[in-house]
Amino acid sequence: MTTPTASTVPTRIPPLRLVALHTRFNMLETVRIPIAVIGNLLFPSLAMVFFVVPNPAVAGEPAVATAAVGQLALFSVMSAFLFTFGTGVAEDRALPFDAYVRTLAAGAGPRLAGRVLTGLLFALTSLVPLLVLGRLLTEARADAGTLVLGVGAVLGAGLPFLMLGLAIGYRLSSKAAIAVVQLVLFPLAFAGGLFLPPEMFPGWLAGASEWLPSRAGRDLVVETVTGVAAYPLALAVLVGWGVVFTVLALLAYRRDEGRRFH
Amino acid sequence: MQTIVSVRGARRTFGEVVALDGVDLEVGEGELVGLLGPNGAGKTTLLSLIAGLRRPDSGTVRIFGADPRLPATRLRLGTTPQQTGLPPTLKVGEVVDFVAGHYPDPMSREEALARFDLTDLVGRQTGGLSGGQQRRLAVALSLVGRPRLVLLDEPTTGLDVESRRALWQALRDYHADGATILLTSHYLEEVEALAERVVVIGAGRVLVDGALADVLSQVRVRRVSLRTPVPADRLAALPGVTEVETDGESHRLLTTDSDALVTALVRADVPFRALEVSGVSLEEAFLALTGATTTQEVAA
Repeated sequence: MTTPTASTVPTRIPPLRLVALHTRFNMLETVRIPIAVIGNLLFPSLAMVFFVVPNPAVAGEPAVATAAVGQLALFSVMSAFLFTFGTGVAEDRALPFDAYVRTLAAGAGPRLAGRVLTGLLFALTSLVPLLVLGRLLTEARADAGTLVLGVGAVLGAGLPFLMLGLAIGYRLSSKAAIAVVQLVLFPLAFAGGLFLPPEMFPGWLAGASEWLPSRAGRDLVVETVTGVAAYPLALAVLVGWGVVFTVLALLAYRRDEGRRFH
Repeated sequence: MQTIVSVRGARRTFGEVVALDGVDLEVGEGELVGLLGPNGAGKTTLLSLIAGLRRPDSGTVRIFGADPRLPATRLRLGTTPQQTGLPPTLKVGEVVDFVAGHYPDPMSREEALARFDLTDLVGRQTGGLSGGQQRRLAVALSLVGRPRLVLLDEPTTGLDVESRRALWQALRDYHADGATILLTSHYLEEVEALAERVVVIGAGRVLVDGALADVLSQVRVRRVSLRTPVPADRLAALPGVTEVETDGESHRLLTTDSDALVTALVRADVPFRALEVSGVSLEEAFLALTGATTTQEVAA
């Protein structure tokens, strides 16, 4: 065995290998808690079976059904992001192992990248049953190109919620984070037209909801998969909220470093 | 000898609490240093600065001549998670592989586990391990990357005597390869068994820093109780007295040299009766070193 001395400068581990290492670690941790996986996969599909499939005015009309699948897909990704990054980060922060991992020779980059990749993978897997059900039980249709664009749009529209999740996760205790995530997720999803399309909203709500990130994201996704144009400000509203949530996430992350001690 | 750890004038506060109040510490290559002190003395905060977990409010902290907050500096650093801190759903082998993946030339999974007698537990989830097994795994994780500097925060707390001795031997073996080790402990026995040099921290400062034998003689404070009409301030002037507790004619003195104290009592012809000499706890000894007077408030 060769014994390196303190004066030999060790070679760095390639960043991509560290990202893979942390992704694997995060995936293993998540997969071992089956309820987290099942809940994530199940809820949007259940919403599809209960609200979309039995309603012929939605399920039977290709454009409406396709929009409905898009809405629920966004809900699914939003929920995966808020839970993985909101409650997930808050729970991890409470574990002494998190402080230990920060003493290993990986910066914040690989740790965060591993977490984000895990979140993306789970968000993508949650889309699979939803798309299968949409294809089999409704008239929702999209060609391969539109499908790829649609998945991209859903993930892109989900990014502000990823940042919101991080802001919650780094700012709050795990108990508070669970409550806040649920408090944020369902009203935002409903008012954003992810369960019922905004055309069914009363006039005041349809107008007000155009300022919400969920509504802006929903309309952009629907535009991608059905061609129905989003309202003019949708992209600006989505990006605006994205910037706000990113700043909140950064502030929460910085504050976290200074606060914890024992 | 190359300097591995260099802490200069480190000060760290948490709100109103001053955790470290100007600490200086230099540790050279291959040293095995024990960090002693009561709870709340600042040991853990000092280790967290050296591990790059937080930065000092003022002063500098360097390991291998560089800032420990940079990930590349920590390639040669090994630390332990706290006992309760292992991810419960992960298997022993998976945790070892995860940590090993951060180092350029780690031990094999087999070697790391064998050093701490954990080979049979490789497929067990860490949540199902006993407290002692978790503790051994935690220390194994600190060594798996073959670090040249190892920080151990109370490595054997909660272990039975036998596992504690086995763990000490594993640490001595690793130190024999030339590694530098800095460990904190509540147990004088542990520091005696491992350390060559001892640093005592109290109230955020370095109180004593010296060779094991020298420090032990200072920490081995004894209590001398007696009844005498002589005023307390005269007793306080006796050799090595750090603390006087008075209740009427009853006096309890803490002294670093009970032999000299008793000799002086007799030589000065002080009238006394009910003389008793007894040992004190490590906490009391620390308090005596901090110069705290008659307070009985001892950190548990």
